[in-house]
Amino acid sequence: MSAPATSSRTLTEVSVGQHLPDLSYDVSATTIVLGALAARDWRPMHHDHDFAVNRNGTQDIFMNTPNQAAWFERYLTDWSGPTGRLGRMTFRMLGSVFPGDTMVLTGTIDSVATDDAGCGWATVDVTLAVEGDTKTTCRARIALPVSPADNPWSRRGPAWTP
Amino acid sequence: MTDERPPEIPGELPEDVDRLLGAIQYEMAGEFPVEQGYIWTSCASVENGNPLFWDDEVAADITAGPIAPPSTLSVWFRPHHWAPGRSEQALPLQVHFDLKARFDLPEAVMSDNTIIFHEPVRPGDRLRTHQVLRSVSAPKTTKLGTGRFWVIDVEYFNQHDELVGIESYTGFGYKRAAAAANPVAIEEATR
Repeated sequence: MSAPATSSRTLTEVSVGQHLPDLSYDVSATTIVLGALAARDWRPMHHDHDFAVNRNGTQDIFMNTPNQAAWFERYLTDWSGPTGRLGRMTFRMLGSVFPGDTMVLTGTIDSVATDDAGCGWATVDVTLAVEGDTKTTCRARIALPVSPADNPWSRRGPAWTP
Repeated sequence: MTDERPPEIPGELPEDVDRLLGAIQYEMAGEFPVEQGYIWTSCASVENGNPLFWDDEVAADITAGPIAPPSTLSVWFRPHHWAPGRSEQALPLQVHFDLKARFDLPEAVMSDNTIIFHEPVRPGDRLRTHQVLRSVSAPKTTKLGTGRFWVIDVEYFNQHDELVGIESYTGFGYKRAAAAANPVAIEEATR
Protein backbone atom coordinates (compact mmCIF):
# COMPACT_ATOMS: atom_id res chain seq x y z
CA MET A 1 0.00 0.00 0.00
CA SER A 2 1.33 3.45 -0.81
CA ALA A 3 1.80 6.14 1.82
CA PRO A 4 1.25 9.85 1.28
CA ALA A 5 4.34 11.58 0.01
CA THR A 6 5.43 14.61 1.95
CA SER A 7 8.27 15.42 -0.45
CA SER A 8 7.65 16.45 -4.01
CA ARG A 9 8.33 14.49 -7.15
CA THR A 10 9.75 16.51 -10.02
CA LEU A 11 9.16 15.92 -13.71
CA THR A 12 12.78 14.87 -14.19
CA GLU A 13 12.10 11.80 -12.03
CA VAL A 14 9.27 10.61 -14.28
CA SER A 15 9.46 8.65 -17.51
CA VAL A 16 7.03 7.04 -19.93
CA GLY A 17 6.15 3.48 -18.97
CA GLN A 18 7.01 4.01 -15.30
CA HIS A 19 4.60 2.30 -12.89
CA LEU A 20 3.18 3.94 -9.81
CA PRO A 21 3.12 1.85 -6.60
CA ASP A 22 -0.09 -0.22 -6.34
CA LEU A 23 -2.69 0.72 -3.78
CA SER A 24 -4.73 -2.19 -2.39
CA TYR A 25 -7.70 -1.53 -0.13
CA ASP A 26 -10.29 -3.81 1.45
CA VAL A 27 -13.66 -2.19 0.86
CA SER A 28 -16.28 -2.49 3.61
CA ALA A 29 -19.83 -1.22 3.89
CA THR A 30 -18.37 1.61 5.97
CA THR A 31 -16.05 2.55 3.08
CA ILE A 32 -19.03 2.84 0.74
CA VAL A 33 -21.32 4.70 3.15
CA LEU A 34 -18.63 7.05 4.47
CA GLY A 35 -17.55 7.86 0.90
CA ALA A 36 -21.09 8.60 -0.24
CA LEU A 37 -21.88 10.82 2.74
CA ALA A 38 -18.53 12.62 2.47
CA ALA A 39 -19.58 13.44 -1.10
CA ARG A 40 -23.03 14.52 0.13
CA ASP A 41 -24.60 11.81 -2.00
CA TRP A 42 -27.71 10.74 -0.11
CA ARG A 43 -29.04 8.32 -2.70
CA PRO A 44 -30.07 5.03 -1.09
CA MET A 45 -28.14 2.69 -3.40
CA HIS A 46 -25.00 3.87 -1.62
CA HIS A 47 -26.15 3.15 1.94
CA ASP A 48 -29.33 1.02 1.92
CA HIS A 49 -28.67 -2.66 1.21
CA ASP A 50 -32.35 -3.50 0.75
CA PHE A 51 -32.85 -0.67 -1.75
CA ALA A 52 -29.70 -1.57 -3.68
CA VAL A 53 -30.62 -5.24 -3.95
CA ASN A 54 -34.38 -5.16 -4.31
CA ARG A 55 -34.90 -1.89 -6.19
CA ASN A 56 -31.68 -1.46 -8.15
CA GLY A 57 -31.06 -5.14 -8.71
CA THR A 58 -27.41 -4.90 -7.69
CA GLN A 59 -25.65 -7.38 -5.42
CA ASP A 60 -25.13 -4.81 -2.66
CA ILE A 61 -24.63 -1.09 -2.06
CA PHE A 62 -21.87 0.24 -4.32
CA MET A 63 -19.23 2.97 -4.33
CA ASN A 64 -20.39 6.24 -5.86
CA THR A 65 -18.57 8.10 -8.62
CA PRO A 66 -17.39 11.17 -6.63
CA ASN A 67 -15.87 8.92 -3.98
CA GLN A 68 -14.02 6.99 -6.69
CA ALA A 69 -12.69 10.34 -7.92
CA ALA A 70 -11.42 11.02 -4.40
CA TRP A 71 -9.68 7.62 -4.35
CA PHE A 72 -8.01 8.40 -7.68
CA GLU A 73 -6.88 11.81 -6.41
CA ARG A 74 -5.45 10.26 -3.24
CA TYR A 75 -3.64 7.59 -5.30
CA LEU A 76 -2.06 10.18 -7.60
CA THR A 77 -0.98 12.63 -4.92
CA ASP A 78 0.38 9.86 -2.70
CA TRP A 79 2.81 9.39 -5.58
CA SER A 80 3.39 13.02 -6.60
CA GLY A 81 3.59 14.67 -3.20
CA PRO A 82 1.78 17.89 -2.32
CA THR A 83 3.21 19.98 -5.17
CA GLY A 84 1.55 17.66 -7.70
CA ARG A 85 -1.45 19.57 -9.05
CA LEU A 86 -4.24 17.78 -10.87
CA GLY A 87 -5.17 19.32 -14.20
CA ARG A 88 -7.83 16.94 -15.40
CA MET A 89 -9.25 13.47 -14.83
CA THR A 90 -11.34 11.45 -17.28
CA PHE A 91 -13.27 8.47 -15.94
CA ARG A 92 -14.85 5.52 -17.63
CA MET A 93 -17.12 3.47 -15.44
CA LEU A 94 -17.19 -0.21 -16.38
CA GLY A 95 -18.48 -1.89 -13.24
CA SER A 96 -19.19 -1.40 -9.57
CA VAL A 97 -17.26 -1.75 -6.33
CA PHE A 98 -19.08 -3.51 -3.48
CA PRO A 99 -18.42 -4.23 0.20
CA GLY A 100 -16.11 -7.21 0.52
CA ASP A 101 -14.15 -6.31 -2.62
CA THR A 102 -10.43 -5.70 -2.46
CA MET A 103 -9.87 -2.88 -4.90
CA VAL A 104 -6.45 -2.38 -6.42
CA LEU A 105 -5.38 0.86 -8.05
CA THR A 106 -2.51 0.70 -10.52
CA GLY A 107 -1.01 3.45 -12.64
CA THR A 108 1.34 3.84 -15.59
CA ILE A 109 2.90 6.99 -17.03
CA ASP A 110 1.67 7.44 -20.59
CA SER A 111 3.39 10.72 -21.46
CA VAL A 112 5.64 13.40 -20.02
CA ALA A 113 5.75 16.91 -21.45
CA THR A 114 6.35 20.58 -20.76
CA ASP A 115 3.82 23.01 -22.20
CA ASP A 116 4.42 26.42 -23.83
CA ALA A 117 4.11 28.14 -20.44
CA GLY A 118 6.84 25.93 -18.97
CA CYS A 119 4.48 23.79 -16.88
CA GLY A 120 5.50 20.15 -16.55
CA TRP A 121 2.85 17.50 -17.11
CA ALA A 122 2.58 13.76 -16.66
CA THR A 123 -0.33 11.82 -18.10
CA VAL A 124 -1.13 8.79 -15.98
CA ASP A 125 -3.42 5.90 -16.85
CA VAL A 126 -4.95 4.59 -13.64
CA THR A 127 -7.05 1.45 -13.30
CA LEU A 128 -9.26 0.47 -10.40
CA ALA A 129 -9.75 -3.30 -10.47
CA VAL A 130 -11.25 -6.02 -8.31
CA GLU A 131 -9.78 -9.52 -8.70
CA GLY A 132 -8.25 -8.41 -11.99
CA ASP A 133 -11.58 -7.17 -13.35
CA THR A 134 -11.35 -3.48 -14.30
CA LYS A 135 -14.15 -1.48 -12.70
CA THR A 136 -13.09 2.08 -13.55
CA THR A 137 -10.36 3.65 -15.62
CA CYS A 138 -9.04 7.16 -15.03
CA ARG A 139 -6.75 9.08 -17.35
CA ALA A 140 -5.23 11.91 -15.32
CA ARG A 141 -3.11 14.88 -16.30
CA ILE A 142 -1.08 16.06 -13.35
CA ALA A 143 1.33 18.99 -13.20
CA LEU A 144 4.68 18.32 -11.53
CA PRO A 145 7.46 20.78 -10.71
CA VAL A 146 10.04 20.97 -13.49
CA SER A 147 12.69 21.69 -10.85
CA PRO A 148 12.83 21.74 -7.04
CA ALA A 149 12.20 25.50 -7.12
CA ASP A 150 9.08 25.22 -9.32
CA ASN A 151 5.54 25.08 -7.89
CA PRO A 152 2.63 24.28 -10.25
CA TRP A 153 0.17 25.70 -7.70
CA SER A 154 1.57 29.19 -8.30
CA ARG A 155 0.41 29.12 -11.92
CA ARG A 156 -2.65 31.17 -12.87
CA GLY A 157 -4.38 32.46 -16.00
CA PRO A 158 -2.50 31.68 -19.23
CA ALA A 159 0.27 29.97 -17.25
CA TRP A 160 -2.22 27.25 -16.22
CA THR A 161 -3.68 25.28 -19.14
CA PRO A 162 -5.02 22.02 -17.73
CA MET B 1 -51.70 14.75 -24.59
CA THR B 2 -50.88 16.47 -27.89
CA ASP B 3 -47.28 16.73 -29.04
CA GLU B 4 -46.99 20.16 -30.70
CA ARG B 5 -43.34 19.83 -31.57
CA PRO B 6 -42.52 20.08 -35.29
CA PRO B 7 -41.63 16.78 -36.97
CA GLU B 8 -37.95 15.93 -36.92
CA ILE B 9 -35.99 16.18 -40.15
CA PRO B 10 -33.62 13.23 -40.58
CA GLY B 11 -30.00 14.30 -40.19
CA GLU B 12 -30.86 17.57 -38.48
CA LEU B 13 -31.14 18.46 -34.84
CA PRO B 14 -34.61 19.67 -33.82
CA GLU B 15 -34.66 23.49 -33.75
CA ASP B 16 -35.54 23.75 -30.06
CA VAL B 17 -32.57 21.53 -29.16
CA ASP B 18 -30.23 23.29 -31.61
CA ARG B 19 -31.02 26.60 -29.88
CA LEU B 20 -29.78 25.17 -26.57
CA LEU B 21 -26.28 24.37 -27.87
CA GLY B 22 -23.85 26.68 -26.07
CA ALA B 23 -26.59 28.35 -24.04
CA ILE B 24 -26.15 28.83 -20.28
CA GLN B 25 -28.85 26.96 -18.35
CA TYR B 26 -29.70 26.20 -14.75
CA GLU B 27 -27.50 28.76 -13.00
CA MET B 28 -27.28 27.80 -9.36
CA ALA B 29 -25.45 28.92 -6.22
CA GLY B 30 -24.20 26.46 -3.63
CA GLU B 31 -26.31 26.22 -0.47
CA PHE B 32 -23.33 26.77 1.82
CA PRO B 33 -19.73 27.98 1.74
CA VAL B 34 -16.90 25.54 1.22
CA GLU B 35 -16.08 24.26 4.68
CA GLN B 36 -13.01 22.78 6.32
CA GLY B 37 -14.92 20.07 8.16
CA TYR B 38 -16.20 18.56 4.94
CA ILE B 39 -12.70 18.74 3.47
CA TRP B 40 -11.42 16.60 6.34
CA THR B 41 -14.40 14.23 6.07
CA SER B 42 -13.69 13.76 2.37
CA CYS B 43 -9.99 13.13 3.02
CA ALA B 44 -10.85 10.70 5.82
CA SER B 45 -13.19 8.73 3.54
CA VAL B 46 -10.26 7.78 1.30
CA GLU B 47 -7.48 8.06 3.89
CA ASN B 48 -5.91 10.95 1.98
CA GLY B 49 -2.99 12.19 4.08
CA ASN B 50 -1.84 14.88 1.67
CA PRO B 51 -0.39 17.53 4.03
CA LEU B 52 -1.95 20.27 1.89
CA PHE B 53 -5.25 19.44 3.60
CA TRP B 54 -3.97 18.76 7.14
CA ASP B 55 -0.97 21.03 7.75
CA ASP B 56 -1.54 24.79 7.62
CA GLU B 57 2.17 25.50 7.22
CA VAL B 58 2.45 23.25 4.16
CA ALA B 59 -0.73 24.80 2.71
CA ALA B 60 0.61 28.31 3.32
CA ASP B 61 3.90 27.42 1.67
CA ILE B 62 2.56 25.61 -1.40
CA THR B 63 -0.97 26.86 -2.06
CA ALA B 64 -0.98 30.23 -0.26
CA GLY B 65 -3.40 28.88 2.33
CA PRO B 66 -5.83 25.97 2.75
CA ILE B 67 -7.58 24.52 -0.29
CA ALA B 68 -10.15 21.79 -0.90
CA PRO B 69 -9.17 18.56 -2.65
CA PRO B 70 -9.83 19.20 -6.35
CA SER B 71 -11.96 16.06 -6.65
CA THR B 72 -14.51 17.55 -4.23
CA LEU B 73 -15.56 20.15 -6.82
CA SER B 74 -19.15 18.98 -7.11
CA VAL B 75 -19.57 18.29 -3.38
CA TRP B 76 -20.33 21.96 -2.71
CA PHE B 77 -23.46 21.83 -4.88
CA ARG B 78 -25.21 18.79 -3.57
CA PRO B 79 -28.26 20.00 -1.66
CA HIS B 80 -28.98 19.13 1.95
CA HIS B 81 -31.01 15.96 2.33
CA TRP B 82 -33.71 18.12 3.89
CA ALA B 83 -34.25 21.83 4.31
CA PRO B 84 -37.26 23.72 5.71
CA GLY B 85 -39.82 24.78 3.15
CA ARG B 86 -37.85 23.55 0.20
CA SER B 87 -39.68 22.78 -3.01
CA GLU B 88 -38.38 20.43 -5.64
CA GLN B 89 -34.94 21.36 -6.90
CA ALA B 90 -33.33 21.08 -10.30
CA LEU B 91 -31.08 18.04 -10.59
CA PRO B 92 -27.36 18.71 -10.90
CA LEU B 93 -27.47 17.42 -14.47
CA GLN B 94 -30.92 18.69 -15.33
CA VAL B 95 -29.97 19.17 -19.00
CA HIS B 96 -29.36 15.42 -19.22
CA PHE B 97 -32.82 14.66 -17.88
CA ASP B 98 -34.34 17.33 -20.14
CA LEU B 99 -32.82 15.61 -23.18
CA LYS B 100 -34.08 12.21 -22.09
CA ALA B 101 -37.57 13.67 -21.88
CA ARG B 102 -37.26 15.70 -25.10
CA PHE B 103 -36.25 12.68 -27.18
CA ASP B 104 -38.44 10.23 -25.26
CA LEU B 105 -35.45 8.09 -24.29
CA PRO B 106 -36.26 6.31 -21.03
CA GLU B 107 -32.82 4.83 -20.37
CA ALA B 108 -29.45 6.53 -20.12
CA VAL B 109 -25.86 5.88 -19.13
CA MET B 110 -22.97 8.24 -18.66
CA SER B 111 -20.09 6.89 -20.70
CA ASP B 112 -17.39 9.44 -19.86
CA ASN B 113 -16.85 12.05 -17.18
CA THR B 114 -13.97 14.54 -17.38
CA ILE B 115 -13.15 17.03 -14.62
CA ILE B 116 -10.86 19.95 -15.44
CA PHE B 117 -9.40 21.89 -12.53
CA HIS B 118 -8.66 25.61 -12.67
CA GLU B 119 -8.36 28.01 -9.69
CA PRO B 120 -8.17 26.12 -6.37
CA VAL B 121 -11.31 26.02 -4.24
CA ARG B 122 -10.74 27.35 -0.71
CA PRO B 123 -12.63 27.13 2.60
CA GLY B 124 -15.12 29.99 2.73
CA ASP B 125 -15.59 30.19 -1.04
CA ARG B 126 -19.16 30.60 -2.29
CA LEU B 127 -19.39 28.78 -5.59
CA ARG B 128 -21.93 29.00 -8.39
CA THR B 129 -22.48 26.81 -11.39
CA HIS B 130 -24.34 26.51 -14.64
CA GLN B 131 -24.86 23.86 -17.30
CA VAL B 132 -24.07 24.11 -21.02
CA LEU B 133 -25.17 21.64 -23.70
CA ARG B 134 -22.18 21.23 -26.04
CA SER B 135 -23.36 18.65 -28.57
CA VAL B 136 -26.09 16.17 -29.46
CA SER B 137 -25.48 13.38 -31.95
CA ALA B 138 -27.71 12.05 -34.67
CA PRO B 139 -29.55 8.87 -33.68
CA LYS B 140 -27.15 5.97 -33.10
CA THR B 141 -27.62 2.28 -32.39
CA THR B 142 -25.33 0.57 -29.87
CA LYS B 143 -25.56 -2.77 -28.09
CA LEU B 144 -27.66 -1.03 -25.44
CA GLY B 145 -30.25 0.28 -27.83
CA THR B 146 -31.02 3.19 -30.14
CA GLY B 147 -30.67 6.76 -28.97
CA ARG B 148 -28.39 9.79 -28.98
CA PHE B 149 -25.11 10.81 -27.40
CA TRP B 150 -24.79 14.24 -25.84
CA VAL B 151 -22.06 16.24 -24.11
CA ILE B 152 -22.92 18.54 -21.19
CA ASP B 153 -20.47 20.83 -19.40
CA VAL B 154 -21.06 21.90 -15.81
CA GLU B 155 -18.97 25.02 -15.16
CA TYR B 156 -18.06 26.17 -11.66
CA PHE B 157 -17.02 29.67 -10.55
CA ASN B 158 -16.02 31.23 -7.24
CA GLN B 159 -17.25 34.49 -5.70
CA HIS B 160 -14.58 36.38 -7.69
CA ASP B 161 -16.07 35.02 -10.95
CA GLU B 162 -12.95 32.95 -11.47
CA LEU B 163 -13.41 29.60 -13.19
CA VAL B 164 -12.59 26.89 -10.67
CA GLY B 165 -13.48 23.85 -12.75
CA ILE B 166 -15.48 22.20 -15.48
CA GLU B 167 -17.13 18.80 -15.37
CA SER B 168 -17.88 17.42 -18.81
CA TYR B 169 -20.26 14.49 -19.17
CA THR B 170 -20.92 12.32 -22.19
CA GLY B 171 -24.33 10.69 -21.90
CA PHE B 172 -26.17 8.20 -24.06
CA GLY B 173 -29.96 8.28 -23.85
CA TYR B 174 -31.62 5.29 -25.48
CA LYS B 175 -34.50 2.93 -25.85
CA ARG B 176 -33.39 -0.50 -24.81
CA ALA B 177 -32.75 -3.15 -27.43
CA ALA B 178 -34.81 -6.27 -26.76
CA ALA B 179 -31.85 -8.46 -25.76
CA ALA B 180 -29.62 -5.79 -24.24
CA ALA B 181 -28.04 -6.31 -20.87
CA ASN B 182 -29.15 -4.01 -18.10
CA PRO B 183 -26.19 -1.89 -16.87
CA VAL B 184 -27.77 -1.66 -13.46
CA ALA B 185 -24.85 -0.80 -11.26
CA ILE B 186 -23.35 1.92 -13.39
CA GLU B 187 -24.53 5.29 -12.23
CA GLU B 188 -26.57 7.33 -14.62
CA ALA B 189 -25.28 10.63 -13.40
CA THR B 190 -22.86 11.96 -10.87
CA ARG B 191 -24.77 13.71 -8.14
